[in-house]
Amino acid sequence: MLPRFWRKIKYRYRLVGSYCENCGEYYHPPRNLCPKCRRKGSIKEVPLGSEGTILSYTVVHDAPDDFKLQKPYVVGLVKLDCGAVVTAQICCKPEEVEIGKRVRAVFRKYSEEGEDGIIYYGTKFELI
Amino acid sequence: MRRVAVVGIGQSRFGELWEKSFRDIVIEAGVEALEDANISGEEIEAIYVGNMSGGRYLAQEHIGALIADYSGLAELGIPSVRVEAADASGGVAFREAYLAVASGLYDVAIAAGAEKVTDVGAELAIDIMSSSADREWEYFVGATLPALYALIARVHMKEFGTKEEDMALVSVKNHKNAVKNPKAQFRREISVDDVLRSPYIAEPIKVLDSAPISDGAAVVILASEEIAKKLTDTPVYVSAVTQASDYLSLQSRKDLASFKAVKMAAKKAYKLAKIEAKDVDVAEVHDSFTIAEIIAYEDLGFCEKGEGAKMIREGETEVGGRIPVNVSGGLKACGHATGATGVRQIVDLVRILRDGIVDAETGLALNLGGTGATAVVSILRR
Repeated sequence: MLPRFWRKIKYRYRLVGSYCENCGEYYHPPRNLCPKCRRKGSIKEVPLGSEGTILSYTVVHDAPDDFKLQKPYVVGLVKLDCGAVVTAQICCKPEEVEIGKRVRAVFRKYSEEGEDGIIYYGTKFELI
Repeated sequence: MRRVAVVGIGQSRFGELWEKSFRDIVIEAGVEALEDANISGEEIEAIYVGNMSGGRYLAQEHIGALIADYSGLAELGIPSVRVEAADASGGVAFREAYLAVASGLYDVAIAAGAEKVTDVGAELAIDIMSSSADREWEYFVGATLPALYALIARVHMKEFGTKEEDMALVSVKNHKNAVKNPKAQFRREISVDDVLRSPYIAEPIKVLDSAPISDGAAVVILASEEIAKKLTDTPVYVSAVTQASDYLSLQSRKDLASFKAVKMAAKKAYKLAKIEAKDVDVAEVHDSFTIAEIIAYEDLGFCEKGEGAKMIREGETEVGGRIPVNVSGGLKACGHATGATGVRQIVDLVRILRDGIVDAETGLALNLGGTGATAVVSILRR
């Protein structure tokens, strides 16, 4: 898991994604090919901004081992203002989350590989 | 392309089969299918086997060769291909076998599906199941497979007013149907209250909205029309088997309240079979979570978009209703032996059509992989 995580650190620690100069669409996670334009597309790496709106959410009760200390936790789909959508945890109480609420990206710990393993950080969102 | 028929079906019981190995259940299903087709085995020219995660559940790869070997076909040296598309593996294996016979390459081929999941603990099983979505960008943040279906359910509820009670009705119906299915894992009725009182896995999805992850195997024998007519008086013809893909992760999809791959595969299947949605008499659909069955009604065109909940509420998909759905008990009550499920659906559809379990001529099966990044639609006619 380590090299797999390390390769994408740039995109996990900040909201960096892809922009297609041909069709004007933003993508997260980053893509090498625009799925709308394919070979005609022109992909460029861009910051995606940090604010957005909750499209959907769930409160996870039955969690894998990595997340068992956090449960119940909130996972949402956040539509950033540029249009790209991000799957991420939302740092709030389960009763506070709602579709349509505004959120802002924050840098947080996600999980760790045991006591001696590496710590996985990434982007979460908090309510504005 | 020539006409193809199903001439034999077989299935192990689905469930927690502690006393049986992967090999045992495959052979059990295979022998039953051979007996059903009344052939001895040397007629078989190729095997396609759906298996999602042998490598992780059993640390066993090379499933194709293993199955050919233990089916007693090693001496014949026929090709055996393992097919993987998460929990659509079985459906895709059925499609590959169908295409191989329809094209004229083989006269008789087997589509099998098998999964043995209970040799690992529940924790690891959830982890493996979640590999059917995007490992790096969904599971990484704690979005398990139920959590992803919960995100879909929440959108459907918001857009169309679908209620947790409506989803519960799917589970109640499928449990009721499974009582009559000797191969089903859960052969007992449950009430709406039971579902609503069961604990949340990922809100609004509860334990009793979710299909169990089960052990099981299923086998279908396909033959060209010419051979089929010699073997049986009651062939069930395959009118179409279509497959479509979508973005792997939810975040890349525009419409979260439907499955684009299902709509595309269904449209192609209806065209090939020269029928419309209203001509379908009975269906087996992928209810890994109850919301998926409600959305399937809409995506398959059994009702208008947003009216899936109304369909279950008004009993239209009950046995005796307009289009009985999951007469077998579905994934929810038959059990979901991931790689086997797509083939199990065909076994049940053939059983329903051939044995007249409900009065039907045309049946449809829908098998999904993960959160719908793969969809397979099959149409069968007796």
